[in-house]
Amino acid sequence: MSDYQNPIIRWVEYRLPILSFIDHSVGRHYLAPKNLNYWWNFGSLAGIALAIQLATGIVLAMHYVPHGDLAFDSVERIMRDVNYGWLLRYLHANSSALFFFVVYVHIFRGLYYGSYKYPRELLWWLGIIILFVMMATAFMGYVLPWGQMSFWAATVITNLFSAIPIIGGGIVEFLWGGFTVGNPTLNRFYSLHYLLPFVIVGIVFLHLWALHVHRSSNPLGIDVQGPQDMIPFHPYYTYKDLVGLGVFLLVLCGFVFYAPNYMGHPDNYIPANPLQTPPHIVPEWYFLPYYAVLRAVPDKLGGVILMVASIAILFAVPWLDTSRVRSAKFRPIFRQLFWIFAIDCILLGFAGAKPAEGLWLVIGRLATVYYFLHFLVLLPLVGWFERPKPLPESIHQPVLAASAGAAVVPPEDRR
Amino acid sequence: MTRLRILMAGLAIAAIAPIGMALAAGGTKHIEPQEWHFEGVFGTHDRAQLQRGYLVYKEVCAACHRLNYVQFRHLVDIGFSEAQAKTIASEFEVEDGPNDDGDMFTRPAGLSDNFPPPFANDKAARASNNGALPPNLSLITKARPGGANYVFALLTGFGDPPSDLELADGMNFNPYFTGSQIAMAPPLSEDAVEFADGTKATTEQMARDVVAFLAWAAEPRMEDRHRLGFKVMVFLIILTILLYLAKQRVWRNVH
Repeated sequence: MSDYQNPIIRWVEYRLPILSFIDHSVGRHYLAPKNLNYWWNFGSLAGIALAIQLATGIVLAMHYVPHGDLAFDSVERIMRDVNYGWLLRYLHANSSALFFFVVYVHIFRGLYYGSYKYPRELLWWLGIIILFVMMATAFMGYVLPWGQMSFWAATVITNLFSAIPIIGGGIVEFLWGGFTVGNPTLNRFYSLHYLLPFVIVGIVFLHLWALHVHRSSNPLGIDVQGPQDMIPFHPYYTYKDLVGLGVFLLVLCGFVFYAPNYMGHPDNYIPANPLQTPPHIVPEWYFLPYYAVLRAVPDKLGGVILMVASIAILFAVPWLDTSRVRSAKFRPIFRQLFWIFAIDCILLGFAGAKPAEGLWLVIGRLATVYYFLHFLVLLPLVGWFERPKPLPESIHQPVLAASAGAAVVPPEDRR
Repeated sequence: MTRLRILMAGLAIAAIAPIGMALAAGGTKHIEPQEWHFEGVFGTHDRAQLQRGYLVYKEVCAACHRLNYVQFRHLVDIGFSEAQAKTIASEFEVEDGPNDDGDMFTRPAGLSDNFPPPFANDKAARASNNGALPPNLSLITKARPGGANYVFALLTGFGDPPSDLELADGMNFNPYFTGSQIAMAPPLSEDAVEFADGTKATTEQMARDVVAFLAWAAEPRMEDRHRLGFKVMVFLIILTILLYLAKQRVWRNVH
């Protein structure tokens, strides 16, 4: 490539064009829409959170002992005697929670700006698959310290599979590697907890591949029309992402150094005891909304199906949303529905944190009904009946176009 | 539109607000937060207090409660010299072996030994405690909701049961404990220990000191964490400001 002056780099490039590959992926030659706001930071932040998890996790694995009798002690040894072991473990635990936070913001950004719409459906799907694998990884990681919550979370979650008719019991024993949660369970969870992050890395590459085909969506939701609408990823978005990274690290380190157990549960500092059930088994906060959906249904199988469906329904969103206008900016009714939906999800989280009884059970049920109502009824209907605001002519002249009264182009003709 | 959003936000807050109160109540008596030397961004341990707390643990708690994640060498962290830690360790007996004859034997503990358990196993502990198992204290301030404040409230919260409460055999009334009945008898009484530094050993003083000691035992790296954290936060704040300014500079021709 003539781009490079250095003879060594030219030599490498001629044989393995890896530098130009990077350059075309996240460098000067990858063009992105020029109007991406800070909500678009969360994709790269998720990547960095994954990298932090891998780096800290690999070192933790050097000190952790995956055995039912030794796991809890080995974690305490990491906390007390391993050099900076406390830092590694607190980083790993807190950044896993922030990883979910970042990914949730990323998903909600996609929902708000219609990033899932044509032609980015597969990009969206890959993201949902990443979420599923992340959830499995996080769950198995939570089991590893082998505290009371670890043990009983493992018991509750693996037991969900017993709801499957006929083969359910067999699946549960297969997952356990025995007839109860025990040492074999811990061992296989450890193995998978080490494996799955690399599976995520693989899917992330597919996610980025799909992203680069049609590039990022943007806050206006209209297609880029030419070079005047775009800027090189580097230096513009590398620098913008770095600002977000600084803020992310500040939040992460705030938790790690000053409230490291804030998001954890005290019961997980009690060693696992199969004979004593904690009074109140709760998952980590990032699973609470699903937990509320699970418990909203009086029937076990129904609850499990609904819980899985609450995420799987995201696969159908590109078709459930019948509007061709991407950005909520130009969809006055959808925008209100989006915020109500966001509040509904938070409400589900609170319902999941409470014992499934009384008022909170009712709230959890209503919020669950609304969750599915939003996707299955409101999303299709609003696309048909809503009158979108006029879309700007182009990204580089949105202000000009708007002030000139902008030709009202029916959204159907804009594809 | 904006009004609707504000309304929704208001509703959300109204829905969320009672949760904090409900969590705080929790069925048992409200735990009064205490002031601790180790709290806050710059929180450190008061060495004299930790040593007093250690004395309370050794004289009172150690009769029934394990502290197995703490090793004698860790005592250097709370202000004892290595020689003092060695002396303290040598007052405990630990089992070792097998020796060359294949027999287990006991020897005085050394710096690398963990605090030995008061009972051979959990069954023995229960047998000596009316069926109740005294919890391991190594992590107690991290393993209970309310943490140090809860342990302090529990230690100082014993009293006479209300007239409508029938205590089970061998149980004691403590409103902070789940169910208000606890197998542990009030462990602290006025002048149960004699502090070397002349501090008056009131029940409250001993409770405060031993809880500080247990908080240290649960999180011995906390001071390192606070110290490093401050440097990291200052660094990150400056870095983030610089990154923002750099970003503004890079972007100045775009809009």
